Amino acid sequence: MQDDAPQPETVEAANGQAGNTILEIEGLKKYFPIEKGLLRRVVGYVRAVDDVSLSIAEGKTLGLVGESGCGKTTLGRCVVRAIEPTDGSVRMHVDNEDTELTELGSRELREYRRNLQMVFQDPYSSLDPRKTVLDIVGEPLRIHNVARGRELETRVSELLEVVGLDIRYLKRYPHAFSGGQRQRIGIARALALNPKVIICDEAVSALDVSVQAQIINLLEELQEEFGIAYLFIAHDLSVVEHISDEVAVMYVGKVVEHASTEELFSNPKHPYTEALMSAVPLPDPKRKLEEITLEGEVADPADPPSGCYFHPRCRYAQDRCREETPELRVVGEGHEAACHFAEELDLHGVTA
Amino acid sequence: MTEEQATVAAPESTAPTDEDVILELNDVRTYFELEEGTLKAVDGVSFNIRRNETLGIVGESGCGKSVTGQSILRIVPKPGDTQGNIWLRRNGETVDLASLHPSGREIRDVRGRDIAMIFQEPMTAFSPVHSVGNQIMEAILVHENVPKQAARERAIEVLSQVGIPEAERRVDALPHELSGGMRQRAMIAMALVLRPKLLIADEPTTALDVTIQAQILRLMQDLQKEMGMSIMFITHNLGVIANMADQMVVMYLGRVVEQGSVEAIFGEPQHPYTQALMQSIPRIGLTRGERLTSIAGTVPVPLNPPAECGFSSRCPKFIPGRCDADVPKMIETSPGHHVRCVLYE
Repeated sequence: MQDDAPQPETVEAANGQAGNTILEIEGLKKYFPIEKGLLRRVVGYVRAVDDVSLSIAEGKTLGLVGESGCGKTTLGRCVVRAIEPTDGSVRMHVDNEDTELTELGSRELREYRRNLQMVFQDPYSSLDPRKTVLDIVGEPLRIHNVARGRELETRVSELLEVVGLDIRYLKRYPHAFSGGQRQRIGIARALALNPKVIICDEAVSALDVSVQAQIINLLEELQEEFGIAYLFIAHDLSVVEHISDEVAVMYVGKVVEHASTEELFSNPKHPYTEALMSAVPLPDPKRKLEEITLEGEVADPADPPSGCYFHPRCRYAQDRCREETPELRVVGEGHEAACHFAEELDLHGVTA
Repeated sequence: MTEEQATVAAPESTAPTDEDVILELNDVRTYFELEEGTLKAVDGVSFNIRRNETLGIVGESGCGKSVTGQSILRIVPKPGDTQGNIWLRRNGETVDLASLHPSGREIRDVRGRDIAMIFQEPMTAFSPVHSVGNQIMEAILVHENVPKQAARERAIEVLSQVGIPEAERRVDALPHELSGGMRQRAMIAMALVLRPKLLIADEPTTALDVTIQAQILRLMQDLQKEMGMSIMFITHNLGVIANMADQMVVMYLGRVVEQGSVEAIFGEPQHPYTQALMQSIPRIGLTRGERLTSIAGTVPVPLNPPAECGFSSRCPKFIPGRCDADVPKMIETSPGHHVRCVLYE
């Protein structure tokens, strides 16, 4: 790349979002120790999340895709501190106030969680079967002393209406609901304290397609109405493409590519992104899979290959890729990729 | 045959005469008698599968697609009971699988040898305490009278055929020692070792990552060409159906609502349910910034279902007095394209 070609520092800057960033993840790491023997000696680390920096603008959706074991779920959990990150920073900017989440004590964190909520994949195990809808959705309101008694009931009813559930269901237990309805309950609970950011971890993956469409539409409507930002973690590329403003692709703990959704899908710059997209079977019999079949499987994050982690499966790999780890760097306007040959390769995206 | 006898048997209940049809289902009904009532999981399903063809069965959870697969192999869990005809062409003659005893010798001989099945979760097919190789050998030894060593060699051969590296070593691995993708391959190996004529694949790639899914789909296509078998591919994923199937069947609430070639159905879906299903999936490059068309409500449970179109409670084109008057008939709207909807009557 020419030295005199001015490149914005980050994707956010290029996309003109630097001003209203709501969540900023910087250098986030989560290393799980591998212990061995009676003395539980640490013999190595699984680098589940390895130096990830991303940010989300107010009211926008950042999609995070990757295959199982790539670290996307661990990243989401580190952001809400459901698990403690090993290193790095997670900052939120709410009402002109910056908060470093990794430095909050447990009490402060609980208090701060009103701004940052999470919706999970499995609507069957994420709701307590012994509690009624009123208890489940009302719990955050009670914990944060926002409402109680009659007022609580009114507020929960409002929330149920927002997510499209019948308010007569208030006193029912989760088992009486279908998967889609349970997911609505989970969303109502997440919305209870007017959060600024919701982490959606495979939030629609377990649902039937017709119900999945209902929940995707609901998430979009809520975003428009309340200006919520989403970190949308999913393995389904069609869903991510549909809902996201920007997309980051993870492979073995690292972000390998990051761009606006349209740019990423039409003009991928990392061979892994290209392979991932080509593997999605399109619902059109006239366009049979001509996928770039990736040999082998995702690398083991406890024992990653040398150089670029993707090189053993990459059809463009050269000697340099075996030796030198590529950094995530700006490769085009608002476009970051971690590939030595990002500029030279002519990769194919998915187009309509 | 006298004329009298000929009129007794309705034309649709005779065994298929088309040599190319290897399996034909005729009015198959699998009901579960429960305390709460009769659960009609499969309610009058008819279709056939031709030689070397892939038939996709698509539908959402509870539509009866998996129970249809289980009904064919007579492995429906209790208290399910299967009625109707399931004709299998076998050694030049036709057997009605629905008439066999579900644990009798004949159906056990069909399983594995004529029809094999693979599942979403390979651990349902494998025992966790025996090596993959021993389980594949077991499948061979049950059906064929060959020495153990020969069976072991066949097991190694089939494992390498499905793309498992170092098959000589992996043959002794326990199922949990293999990765998800490798386990799926091993299950396919076990299913195909006896070279069945029909493979029933029930959501075999649903739990896999997309790049691994692509590998498994490609493998199934290659093996189909190589071995000349038919595949019945059960899935909820329209993308997978479009890529794998020649013919497809759309099921809703235990019934077939539309069937035809994938080109015909994706090109011009006719049943309001099929249309809604096609519009409810996000499509890369086409639906961003737009609302998806969702189907209101959820799939009902087919417990004591009334005699009406199963989709009537959610259908945007519902016509009172017609859709809820009776179960609509299957209409052929163009050659080979059938739809069960009053709009086409």
